[in-house]
Amino acid sequence: MAKRYRSAGEITFDVFNYLVLGIIGIAAILPFLFVVAGSFATEAEITKRAVFLVPTTISLDAYRFIFSTDTIVRSIGVSLYVTVIGTAVNLFFTVTMAYPMAKRYLMGRNLILNLVIFTMLFGGGMIPTYLVIRELHLLDTLNALILPGAISAFNLIIVKNFFQELPAEMEEAARIDGCTELGLLWRIVLPLSKPVLATFTLFYAVGHWNNFFSALLYINDPSKWPLQVMLRQIVMLSQSAAGDLSSMDPNFVQPPEQSIKMAVIVVGTLPIMCVYPFLQKHFAKGVMLGSVKG
Amino acid sequence: MKQGAALGAAEVSAGTSFRRSRREQRFRRLKRDKWLYILLSPGLLYFLVFKYVPMWGVLLAFKDYQPFLGFWQSSWVGLEHFRTFFQNPDFFMLLRNTLVLSLYNLVFFFPAPIILALLLNEIRLSFYKRTIQTLIYVPHFISMVIVASISYVFLTTQGGAVNEFLFTVTGRKIDFLANPDWFRPMIILQTIWKECGWGTIIFLAALAGVDVEQYEAAVVDGASRWRQTWHITLPAIRSTIVILLILRMGTILDNGFEQIYLMMNALNREVAEVFDTYVYALGITQGAFSYSTAVGLFKSVIGVVLVLGTNWLAKKSGESGLY
Repeated sequence: MAKRYRSAGEITFDVFNYLVLGIIGIAAILPFLFVVAGSFATEAEITKRAVFLVPTTISLDAYRFIFSTDTIVRSIGVSLYVTVIGTAVNLFFTVTMAYPMAKRYLMGRNLILNLVIFTMLFGGGMIPTYLVIRELHLLDTLNALILPGAISAFNLIIVKNFFQELPAEMEEAARIDGCTELGLLWRIVLPLSKPVLATFTLFYAVGHWNNFFSALLYINDPSKWPLQVMLRQIVMLSQSAAGDLSSMDPNFVQPPEQSIKMAVIVVGTLPIMCVYPFLQKHFAKGVMLGSVKG
Repeated sequence: MKQGAALGAAEVSAGTSFRRSRREQRFRRLKRDKWLYILLSPGLLYFLVFKYVPMWGVLLAFKDYQPFLGFWQSSWVGLEHFRTFFQNPDFFMLLRNTLVLSLYNLVFFFPAPIILALLLNEIRLSFYKRTIQTLIYVPHFISMVIVASISYVFLTTQGGAVNEFLFTVTGRKIDFLANPDWFRPMIILQTIWKECGWGTIIFLAALAGVDVEQYEAAVVDGASRWRQTWHITLPAIRSTIVILLILRMGTILDNGFEQIYLMMNALNREVAEVFDTYVYALGITQGAFSYSTAVGLFKSVIGVVLVLGTNWLAKKSGESGLY
């Protein structure tokens, strides 16, 4: 920016702008910081003080309780399993489909592309999908949390577009050297696509960890509930004053105290917070890759 | 290929009929690309089984589905489920709740990322800008269950921080979670908190593409910062705004199942229940498969019409549109 005269109004605006954005930035993470603070506090302190960022006495009781409870520990296991296996399935399905679709000369390519795009516009909806899952005997299996979302059409198209942009000369050279189609994908295309794949790995993984909807629909057996469903059970349904105690809420956990609820919330978010710094580096680019050109 | 072989050698030697050579060429291409097709198959299978079979399953809406008879044996009932639905007083409640929530979203949430992006764009200190961005993206990655849980923990009248605070200041408590008046503001605030920062990404990218020379020229002409924003920045990102608006219109009847389902309870149901939660309640928990499929189908069809309609309108008014 070139140096120029700044009017009083402009300076006022700048000061105001920096302040407002600072407040917005803090507001974005503040609720979470309160929860973290509360999870380390004793129950007595939470009832004594309304909101605080630093507890006077650090207590690990809430976490001790969580990790001594079978139900919660098991649900963490379910979430981890679904996240790891689910993400691997996502990547396999997305890459194997995107690669052929990136070849302009492939017969039937446009038809397939249109079929994929159509699914973004119209879908069968909740009930027909549920019935398909039921007919496949996937209800109450962890596969129901993995297979029905194996490919996101949106991600598929982004990856396909990325593959399409890779320099064709490299592929030709590899082919002349006797590289097979699979070797090409494995040795040339995938290594060149590392940043994109990293972005989608993280997006898919976050999606699995946060998934609540599929589990609500397809999993009735509490021993197979992922953490997000367990979280709702503990935080929202234990205080059933205004309870919507619908079909799938067996009374298995006694109303826990505030600090325990907060600790469960922290555990439910922790993995996201751990990958966030790595995620952060990539995602803006990842999002732009697929976005409509402005 | 069988037919080709049967035609005999005479024709082949005569210089290959056009039909036959095309067929052969296709076969050769299939054979050459066989690995590509093999790679394609798991994905294709996925789309067929989990996307196209359910699409075909919407026919349930026109049947009287009996679980023991199955899809094929259940009898056709035509538009009966739709008729029942439109005559049901619930229909107006759902339509009202869905539209009001969407309207609130459009008015309060849609402009938020644009304004935020414009403010961020005015920040010259790149370190400060990046820090703010890092912070405001965070909530996007937090699950809806966590967002709802945090709301519960803070808003409950039984020791929730917000109510404890209200009590010490005003001596009263507000039952945000059960009071129907608070439902919509709560939903919109959650959405803004969670997605507003993330929504800036696309606008910031559009803003980064604006030609710097235009600003320089404007400054020479004596344009204030506000006029620069109004005459250069906003027109420059107009097409991005329009495209996102079209996308938004398509999902206007999707009010976010998870969020509403999580925040809904017996006391605020009259303002909370929307098409998706209704389909879930009737279909999955009560087993009224055909009826709830009809409700879902009604919703999707209106959704598709809205996308195509907005897109058509956008094109008419000189924007590029989506398709």
